[in-house]
Amino acid sequence: MSLIQIENLNVEFPSASGPMRVVDEVSLSLSEGEVLGIVGESGSGKSMTMLALMGLVPFPGRVTADRLSFAGRDLQKLTDRERRKISGKDIAMIFQEPMTSLNPSFTVGFQLMETLRVHEGLDREAARRRATELVEQVGIPAAANRLRSFPHQLSGGMNQRVMIAMAIACNPKVLIADEPTTALDVTIQAQILELLLSLQRERGMALILITHNMGVVADTAQRVAVMYAGEIVEERSAVDLFAAPQHPYTAALLAARPECSEGGPLATIPGVVPGPADLPAGCLFGPRCAFATLRSRKDRPALRDWLGGRVRCHYPLGDATRNARIKADQPVAEATP
Amino acid sequence: MSAIVTATDLVRSYEVYRGLFRKPGRLRAVGGISFALEPGKTLAIVGESGCGKSTLARLVTMIEQPTAGRLTLDGIDVLDPPAGTARRLRRTVQLVFQDPYGSLNPRKKVGAILEAPLKVNTDLTSGERRSRVIEMMGKVGLRSEHYARYPHMFSGGQRQRIAIARALMLQPKLLVADEPVSALDVSVQAQVLNLLADLQQDLGLAYLFISHDLGVVGHIAHDVLVMYLGLAMEQGPKRKIFSRPLHPYTRALLTSTPGMRRKYIVVKGELPSPLDPPTGCVFSTRCQHVTDLCRAERPVPRTLEGRMVACHFAEQFL
Repeated sequence: MSLIQIENLNVEFPSASGPMRVVDEVSLSLSEGEVLGIVGESGSGKSMTMLALMGLVPFPGRVTADRLSFAGRDLQKLTDRERRKISGKDIAMIFQEPMTSLNPSFTVGFQLMETLRVHEGLDREAARRRATELVEQVGIPAAANRLRSFPHQLSGGMNQRVMIAMAIACNPKVLIADEPTTALDVTIQAQILELLLSLQRERGMALILITHNMGVVADTAQRVAVMYAGEIVEERSAVDLFAAPQHPYTAALLAARPECSEGGPLATIPGVVPGPADLPAGCLFGPRCAFATLRSRKDRPALRDWLGGRVRCHYPLGDATRNARIKADQPVAEATP
Repeated sequence: MSAIVTATDLVRSYEVYRGLFRKPGRLRAVGGISFALEPGKTLAIVGESGCGKSTLARLVTMIEQPTAGRLTLDGIDVLDPPAGTARRLRRTVQLVFQDPYGSLNPRKKVGAILEAPLKVNTDLTSGERRSRVIEMMGKVGLRSEHYARYPHMFSGGQRQRIAIARALMLQPKLLVADEPVSALDVSVQAQVLNLLADLQQDLGLAYLFISHDLGVVGHIAHDVLVMYLGLAMEQGPKRKIFSRPLHPYTRALLTSTPGMRRKYIVVKGELPSPLDPPTGCVFSTRCQHVTDLCRAERPVPRTLEGRMVACHFAEQFL
C-alpha cells in the first residue's frame, strides 16, 4: 500500500480578481522507501504541493483534496494537534536555505534537542546524547562541540547537515527535501545528496526531492514527476523519463540543459512560465509548445496513463499517430519568444 | 590577435582585524593569477564560494587595485595609465551581475536605466541616446515598447537582458559576467546563454565568465581557470580540461556536478579558512590522493598536456 496518497489536491489563494490556483488537481502517491523527484521551474507549484502535505500552506491559502492520506490516515480529518504529531515526526521536511531555516538566536544543539523533547518526550540528558549521535550520523566532525555552536558559526553545508539531523531525529517514514542543495557549492552539494541517499537506504525511508535541477534528479530519483504551472504534466520512472520523455515540456527542459549541448546554440523554450493570474485557455504549455494545435488551445488535456507512467498531453511524443493527429487538428505553431 | 586583458601574477590581499591583542591576519584572496583573454573568446573562472573568483572580477573591472602584479586592458597598463586614458579604460570593461532583481533600480524606467551610461560618458543629445537605447534593446531581444516600463514588470530572464543591454551601451570590449545565469530557471537560462553567444559573435566581445556551474561553463567557455583558495589549480583550453581533467580538484568538481557524474568522487570536508591556508598544496586537506610531499611542499604550476596544472602527481591521471 502507498505510504502517501494525494488525490486531486488544489491550493488556492484568494485575490481581488477571484481565487488564484497555484496547485491544480495534483495526484501523487509514494511507496515506502521510494525516492521520488519533483521537478519544475519556479512557480510551478512543486513546493506548495509539499507544504500542503505538511499542513504548512501559509494563510490565506486554501487546501482542498479528495484524498490526502499518510499511512492510511486521512490528514484532512485530523485535528491540528493530531496532525502536528505526524508533521515533523513521521513526515519531515528540509528547506533550501539552511541559514534562514535555523533560528539564529539559539544554538543548533538546543534546536535539535527541542525536536527530540517535543516528539519523543526525551529528558534533557537523553536528548543531548541522542542529538550528539544524530550530528555524528550526518557527518559533522567534533559533534559534541558543534552542538554548542550558533548557526552563524557554521558553514552552509554544516547547517544543512544540522537541518537533516533535525529532520531524521524522529525516524521519519518520509523525508521531503525542498531544493536541499541549491544554495550550496558543488562539492558540498554532492556530499549532501550522497548523505540523503545513504540515510534513505539505511533507514528504508522514503525521500521526496523537490528540485529545478534535472541533473540532481537524474542522479538520485527512481520516479520523477514534472510540474508546470501548478499541474503535473508527466510522471514516470527516472530511467524512462530521461531516455524517452513523453511530454513536450519535459523534452524541452532536458534539451535546454547546457551540459547536454554539443556546441551550437542551446535549445530554448520560448516565452515564460505563466503565473496563476494569467493562465492560458486549453493546454497550459500550449503557448510555448512547438506542437500546439487548435485543439490544445481549447481543451485542457487530462493527465492519463501512458507507457507505464502518466502524461498530460494530447499528443505524447511516443505516440505513433501523433503527427497525423497534429496535422488533422490544425497546428498553430505561433509559439513566439 | 592581441589580448584585451593580460593579467600577470595578480595578487590581492587584505588585512583582517582579529581583535585588539592579535596581529591582523593577512588574507590572500587572489594569490598570483595570470591569464590572457582575446577578443571573441570566453574565459570561465570556476570555483566554489570563497575561492577568490569574485575578487578577481573586481580587479579586472578596476573596482579594486591589485596588491601586486600587472594588469593591462586593451594595451593600457591599469596600475599606471597614461594621462587621459583612465576614462577610456573604464569604458572598455563592463559588468553583469548575478541577481537581476537586485541590480536594476526599481524606481527608474528601463529607458532611463539604459541611458544612464550614455548620459555620464558621452555628449549625445537625448534623441540620439534614445535611438541608441532602442537599437540595443532590439539586439538583446527586448521590444521598443519596453522602454517606458519599470523593472518589476519584467521576468527574471528579461531583467537579465536589460542588465546585459546596460553593460553593452558603451560598446565595451570586455564583459565581466559574475554568475549571470545562476538565478534563472533552466529554460530561461538557455535563452540568456544563447543571447550571450550571439552577442559575442556579432560584437567580438571577450567574456570573463564567472560561474560555479560546470554545465554552463562547458557550454560557453573557450578557456577555463579553476581556482581554489585564491590559486589556479588548473588552467587551459576547455576541451582539454573537460575531456581529461588532471588536477584532483577539477576532477572532483566535474564529477560533483549533478547530471555529469560518471564515476563519483566525493571530496571530504570543506574549504579551509583562507586566513590560515594549508602549508603545502592548498587542496591537500581535502584531496583523496594526498601524500607527505603534498602536505610539505606547494606544487609549482607546470605545463602538462596542453594546460597548466598545479599538482605534484598530475601524471597519474594521464
